[in-house]
Amino acid sequence: MTTAQSIDADHLNLAGAGEDQYLTFILRGEEYGVDILRVQEIRGWDNVTPIPNTPSYIKGVMNLRGTIVPIVDLRERFAMEVMPYGPTTVVIVLKVRSDDRERVMGIVVDAVSDVYNIGADDLKPPPDFGEVVSVEYVQGLATVDEKMVIVLDIDHLLTSGELRGVDRSAA
Amino acid sequence: MSVDIAQFHQTFFEESFEGLDAMESALLGLDVGAADTETINGIFRAAHSIKGGSATFGFSAVANFTHRVETLLDQMREGSRPVTQDGLEILLQSVDVLRAMLEAVRGDGALPDAMAAEVQGRLETMLATDEGGTVESEGDPQAAPGDGWRIVFRPHQHMLQTGNDPIRIFRELAELGELNVRADTSKLPSLTALDPETCHLAWTLELRGEASEGDVREVFDWVEGDCDLAIEPLGRVEGGGGAVPVAAQAAPADKLPVQARPSAGEGGSIRVDIAKVDAIINLVGELVITQSMLGQVGESMEDSPHLDVQRFEKLRDGLAQLERNTRELQESVMQIRMLPISFAFNRFPRIVRDLSQQLGKKIELKMFGEQTELDKTVMEKIGDPLVHLVRNALDHGIEAPDDRLEVGKPETGVVELEAYHKGGNIIIEIRDDGRGLDRDKLLAKARSRGLVPDGQLPSDADIYDYVFHPGFSTADKVSDVSGRGVGMDVVRRNIKALGGNVEIHTEKGRGTTFTVRLPLTLSILDGQLVRVGDQSYVIPLVSIVESLQIRQRQVSAIAGKAEMYKLRDDYIPIVRLNEVFGDGSPYSTLEGGLMVVAEGDGNRAGFMVDDLLGQQQVVIKSLETNFRRVEGLSGATILGDGTVALILDVAGLIQRFRHGDPSSHASSGPRADQHNAAA
Repeated sequence: MTTAQSIDADHLNLAGAGEDQYLTFILRGEEYGVDILRVQEIRGWDNVTPIPNTPSYIKGVMNLRGTIVPIVDLRERFAMEVMPYGPTTVVIVLKVRSDDRERVMGIVVDAVSDVYNIGADDLKPPPDFGEVVSVEYVQGLATVDEKMVIVLDIDHLLTSGELRGVDRSAA
Repeated sequence: MSVDIAQFHQTFFEESFEGLDAMESALLGLDVGAADTETINGIFRAAHSIKGGSATFGFSAVANFTHRVETLLDQMREGSRPVTQDGLEILLQSVDVLRAMLEAVRGDGALPDAMAAEVQGRLETMLATDEGGTVESEGDPQAAPGDGWRIVFRPHQHMLQTGNDPIRIFRELAELGELNVRADTSKLPSLTALDPETCHLAWTLELRGEASEGDVREVFDWVEGDCDLAIEPLGRVEGGGGAVPVAAQAAPADKLPVQARPSAGEGGSIRVDIAKVDAIINLVGELVITQSMLGQVGESMEDSPHLDVQRFEKLRDGLAQLERNTRELQESVMQIRMLPISFAFNRFPRIVRDLSQQLGKKIELKMFGEQTELDKTVMEKIGDPLVHLVRNALDHGIEAPDDRLEVGKPETGVVELEAYHKGGNIIIEIRDDGRGLDRDKLLAKARSRGLVPDGQLPSDADIYDYVFHPGFSTADKVSDVSGRGVGMDVVRRNIKALGGNVEIHTEKGRGTTFTVRLPLTLSILDGQLVRVGDQSYVIPLVSIVESLQIRQRQVSAIAGKAEMYKLRDDYIPIVRLNEVFGDGSPYSTLEGGLMVVAEGDGNRAGFMVDDLLGQQQVVIKSLETNFRRVEGLSGATILGDGTVALILDVAGLIQRFRHGDPSSHASSGPRADQHNAAA
């Protein structure tokens, strides 16, 4: 009872009006955030079944209590150098919306960091880097405790290119 | 009444559509002139329940229309009106109208007002051209509908429990004319003794209007036997001075259940044979016994933890039994989804009848194997493709009667539908004895469309296969029925989407046969587990022809690339799965390697694997749910240890190989290069 209350109070405290909560994770030293309401669960890295003829950033599929869930390595997705998975490596299972359906997908990241609440006003649009850096998948930038958090547009990130649900070969 | 009547809508619609189907097939079976009374009775009963149901649910348009149909049927039933071709025609059209009406009230489409009005007009004309029977057929001499009727309605105490609501009855009466209702509350007990489920009230109703006694009695049809009912003509003298008129419309407003239509389609319910349910209950019983037996073994182990042979055997027996129970239970549960294919076949007599009239052809439809069972989902999706194939056979296949006589065939063409099981598949054949496909015409057409390069002669099978190309039609003129060339490609695509395929065999002048092959169910398959590299894959057992060890001298390479294996008198391509999947180390030699010969879409290929593992039933999981379709894979499954294994799409892989793309993506991986270097 007390815990429930304290969580409740906590929640009220944290998610003030006009603020959203974001789960952040580390990828090559940088902190990235995703909308916490999209996070289904966080699990340790486990072996997956690779799917042939898919780009290497799609690590494969995993059995999540009877559902087949594709796992994407975010480092490889962003073409960063590959790092062997370690004890902090986790899979964040996300609910992704594409077209008009919801899909469940996992992303492999270096480590989970924290949960922040970020006001809509504090979320700045990413600066235009031109051709140098693609900010296509960045929803915005926020500063929390003097650190920069890159908030990702996971719907776009996980449903574009090879991850598109539509079968292009069917045409 | 707080019971939400909307919850019964689904059932009502299902029953009504079933009733309509029954009416339709019975009507088609009726012989003009010598109609079988029992059959007419059956049709009448179906119509009657649709009428009753729709009146109860407030679908008055349906009820009114059905009422007229019923009247006509009643006259036929009593023999006061002969069964004529005209009559049957109208009745069949009425079935169509009713079906459209019911679909409309269910929420899929607009009410077919124009069509209904037309058919209703014809019905009334027919009813008016009296051939003995009166329009109302209640039998007893009818008092002329004078001023109206006084009805004393005294329900028995249990009437409410039978689900009948007096308000509904009154509302219906109110539609017949001006209604005054007076309630007799004298029998009401004190509040403490009141049982709300018991009916203590009685009513005196005065109905003014044109309604006949039969009409009034009919309203009370449903409560007959649950009440005392007296109906007498209303005297000219006003009665009941102190009556408290209660407008029936003002009755407690439980809203007419027009909204909240359950969306039609996929998520429907299913009717299950009681025997199947009993079988499952028995199996569950056995499962419980096995469970308790295993529980005992477990307990005895707790008592003395060291394992002796006897207990070990008991444990093993128990587990074996559990396995058997589980398997049987799974089979029985799958059985629930299985329905005889007659559900899909039933519509064809009507289609053939209507279409042959329209086309001016004489066609007999023969159906075999209607009891063959098929998964409900597959059934729902195969209906339209089958209709298309049958229409095609009627329109293109069967010749006009004169043409038939000319080539020495009987005037009446025959279309046969047959369903049977073969292996893990259900086969549906659509045969006609018509003119068959014109090979030369097809070839010319294919050439003109650039499908066949000049100077190349495809095999007969390939030529006939062009029928399934988009926009390909051999009909000289486009008719209402077919010939636009839209369809056959859709047919094939739909069937393929179900994991089946369709083939065509034809003989000029003798007829055409379409063979549709479908999996029995979409969710479970028997699979052979194989190892490629360090991954396990599942090959559907139905597609496996044999497995063998490769002998190098049987292998020949065409142009140094495409490897073929001489299997007895056949040459089959070798698909190196490790290369296709870019996985595992390349083989330095084929000698002694394992090859699984599998067939898909009528083509064979040998799939090289590293190891054959066990065979087991696997539950198919879609990759598309959270990902997308992957070429060469038909899905995934979860193995006993919780890992995911991918299921091979044998037909797709062979197709890809035949189109000269054996390892499309493999070249992107470094392994293929290694292999080339080694080779």
